[in-house]
Amino acid sequence: MSMAALDDLLWTYQNVITALGINGLLALSMYVVLAVGQLSLGQAAFMGLGAYSAALMSLKLAWPFWAVLPLSCVAPVAFALAVGGPTLRLSGVYLAIATIGLGEVMRGVYLNIDLFGGALGLSGIPEAAPQWVIFAVLGLALFVLWRIGRSGVGRAMEAMRLDETAALSMGVNVRRYRRNALLASAVLAGLAGALSAHATSFIGPNDFGFEPAVSILSFALLGGIGSPFAPVLGAWLLTLLPEVLRPLADLRLVLNGVVIVLAVLFLPRGLLSWRMPRRAM
Amino acid sequence: MLAQQLLNGLLLGATYALFALGFTLMFGVLRVVNLTYGFYFTAGAFIALWLTQFGLSLWLALPAAAIASGGIAVAVDWLLLTRLRRAKADELTSLMVTLGAVLALYAAMTAWLGPDIRRLPPGVIAGGALEAFGLRVSTAQLLILLACVLLAGGLLWLMRATRLGLAIRAMAERPDTAALMGIATGQLAALVSFISGALAGAGGVLIGLNFNAIHPYMGESMMLRGFVVIVVGGLGDIFGALAAGLLLGVVEVLTAGYLASGLKEAVAFALLVAVLWTRPSGLFGVAQGRKA
Repeated sequence: MSMAALDDLLWTYQNVITALGINGLLALSMYVVLAVGQLSLGQAAFMGLGAYSAALMSLKLAWPFWAVLPLSCVAPVAFALAVGGPTLRLSGVYLAIATIGLGEVMRGVYLNIDLFGGALGLSGIPEAAPQWVIFAVLGLALFVLWRIGRSGVGRAMEAMRLDETAALSMGVNVRRYRRNALLASAVLAGLAGALSAHATSFIGPNDFGFEPAVSILSFALLGGIGSPFAPVLGAWLLTLLPEVLRPLADLRLVLNGVVIVLAVLFLPRGLLSWRMPRRAM
Repeated sequence: MLAQQLLNGLLLGATYALFALGFTLMFGVLRVVNLTYGFYFTAGAFIALWLTQFGLSLWLALPAAAIASGGIAVAVDWLLLTRLRRAKADELTSLMVTLGAVLALYAAMTAWLGPDIRRLPPGVIAGGALEAFGLRVSTAQLLILLACVLLAGGLLWLMRATRLGLAIRAMAERPDTAALMGIATGQLAALVSFISGALAGAGGVLIGLNFNAIHPYMGESMMLRGFVVIVVGGLGDIFGALAAGLLLGVVEVLTAGYLASGLKEAVAFALLVAVLWTRPSGLFGVAQGRKA
């Protein structure tokens, strides 16, 4: 059973619930970047880095899960800075271009370096992440993002998304917000990876490539980015829909792709277009 | 040995340059990072495969596949991007639309045809290899090199020496002003889509021929190289794409020769990141002041 998050072989109900939690976190990791008007397509790769580094810490070093989970953010954050760093001063497309290939690149690395278990991946990872932990992390992330979104920071983020020049002239440090959003995104994806690895006990090199990367974008675009709840709603709908409508299961990726096209063209605010109230500056 | 590797690198690089030509044209003129580009590449290869299976010669299948891919490109562009162009949406919006579309297209194609690797019928091209000065070149490789030089030359000629090219460049610079000057920008955009799609399709046939492997996601694995080439060469720069393609080919072959073949992608990607850090406008680009 590979990566519960985006696998269509969800053979039990339990796995669907786990997938809801993981995909919710991934949707949030996309949301924080979209919320500042950027687009990163490295979420699946960041998730993979979190999953692999966490699994190695558990398997090779036998560290306890409560230590592994926060440390699983280190590798994704380092990669996000190395790859995304130079793009922060460039136009928005560059971050997307720099990150879109990252998943495929990491696949080659996992396959070719023995430490990562090659084509077999890593198995026997301790199942140390019960569902309540996954949902606790998701709840905590929602709460923090909600508080940030309601504050002056959230106002600045919305301003730079809607009109970067105006935000700059109002003294918003656009580059710093972009960097912090990218780092938050890497942290969330890394946590999702570590949790997923410790919930399913197996990870493989093919779990974090191009298809999951695009699917994560479809979660956020379907829900919208008016509030942190919207992308989670999108993730849950797109996780549950193929479960409810069985014929859709084979065409899940087609569905995710079509959702992106339709959402951008016809539903730019997403399904949950409600915009969270903000405090005055 | 090193000479042969450098030659192989240049020949591989020619395939990358060939692939990236239309991609960089699309970005340079239409201001769209069009991720469906990889699909036209796949489509071209499959159309040529079917045509040759019906017994058509490669010399007819190649242009037919290119024209059909160009047609698909025009249709996709019309479906997805006309509305955004009218609304003057930013580059990121069109990137997202084409990203969703390309995932849907690949996944639908895989569901329909299966993920298996297909091969062109044997004997579709003379299998022999040329040898001179102790260096070997296969016929398919020579064909790619020739096509790359001819197509890049033709494209540069079209863009720099004809009235049509002048109109296209005017549209790339200022679409509104170009329209006011009597340039039919809508038709011209369709024409540019067609040329890019046809280049992608031709690239798909030739590269499918060279690696003898045709499958739905072949365009996707090529896209990573496409990104490296257009970033290293500079977004929208035809000559830069040519040079960057050759450079990437040499770098990959040397990586495979002296490091490990599986790390080719990682090294190509490191090249992209290094260029973004040091020369974000591309190796031959001119530093731009930050536009407000």
